[in-house]
Amino acid sequence: MAETEERLRRTMMFVPGNNPAMVKDAGIYGADSIMFDLEDAVSMAEKDAARALVYEALKSQDYGNAELVVRINGDDTPYYHNDIKAMVKAGIDVIRLPKTETADMIKTLEADVLAAEKEFGREEGSTHLMAAIESAKGVLNAPAIAAASDRMIGIALSAEDYTTDMKTHRYPDGAELEFARNMVLHAARAAGIAAFDTVFTNMDDTEGFYRETRYIHQLGFDGKSLVNPRQIAMVNEVYQPTAKEIANAKNVINAIEEARIKGSGVISMNGQMVDRPVVLRAQRVMRLAKASHLVDEEGNTIEK
Amino acid sequence: MEIKQTALAGTLESSDIQIMLSKGTDGITIDLESDVEKQFGDQIRKVITDTLAEFNIDNVKVKAVDKGALDCVIKARTIAVAQRALQTQDQPAWEAF
Repeated sequence: MAETEERLRRTMMFVPGNNPAMVKDAGIYGADSIMFDLEDAVSMAEKDAARALVYEALKSQDYGNAELVVRINGDDTPYYHNDIKAMVKAGIDVIRLPKTETADMIKTLEADVLAAEKEFGREEGSTHLMAAIESAKGVLNAPAIAAASDRMIGIALSAEDYTTDMKTHRYPDGAELEFARNMVLHAARAAGIAAFDTVFTNMDDTEGFYRETRYIHQLGFDGKSLVNPRQIAMVNEVYQPTAKEIANAKNVINAIEEARIKGSGVISMNGQMVDRPVVLRAQRVMRLAKASHLVDEEGNTIEK
Repeated sequence: MEIKQTALAGTLESSDIQIMLSKGTDGITIDLESDVEKQFGDQIRKVITDTLAEFNIDNVKVKAVDKGALDCVIKARTIAVAQRALQTQDQPAWEAF
């Protein structure tokens, strides 16, 4: 686990790495994470050009507070090592390894990233990692993969390849993904890292997108991978806390503050003890409320 | 340095620039086509020339069709086309990035 403080990762937007218009504008949609793709979205003949384009964009464009992720080509391709070097040199936040099947693949990646950090004089350990799980083997090894490196920040399910590997395809109700989703989610939680759900590609099925997003929100996923910026507001809406949840979270936060001022180790609210899970949940609700612009930095409700 | 082969990088899509390099006879010559030639022509030529210098390419014909590319895109496409022309795309010149 690479982080001590949790950050919001509701939306991870895919951006084709060889498209200058999309690479340049990727920051304006308010995605929590932007994932530049050097892999499936780029043809073989353009791998070198996409790598240079994403590198130069990372070095010169302002993407605000978004976490910057790049999906590199796998280690079974001739592009893998150069992708790592270019992205480490550019100072990318997170490298995402596609088709991860074993913890050893992450350990190898970690060693390759460390070598690149040394070569280009970047701070050792500054490049974080995440794994995409796209096969039955990957799902079964997910707990080991999630815990394979201190640099890991997340693990994502990629359903297109996975369902093909399972000899099925995607259905509207998502029953075929139930086991994989729960494996990936539990692997992430056990390792203390983020869990990302797969993309939903049918842009015409808005109702289906909301249904799936509400479902993975209920399971406990941090967020969802997205292919279209229009989906960002829809995911954020699902993750937005209710007024009641915010009011309750504020009471918990106030109770913590009161206990701190009193010098009391025990936090109580309405005469009842508040334990750690309640505190953590309240803090997460307040982070989500701030990100949804429902409360200001001090936690005061913003009237609409 | 001379290039080894004619090469092309970039597309004619909006925000991109397509650059072709072919063997030169008279230093670096740039034939630029751009809707913003008046405002940004000199800057576009400068980014291309500076990037080619990183590869020590000093004798080449450049044909560039700009579709409103930012400097970072012009630089990236010049890197890509230079490496293709030198046949070095598998061993990127990291110092030029």
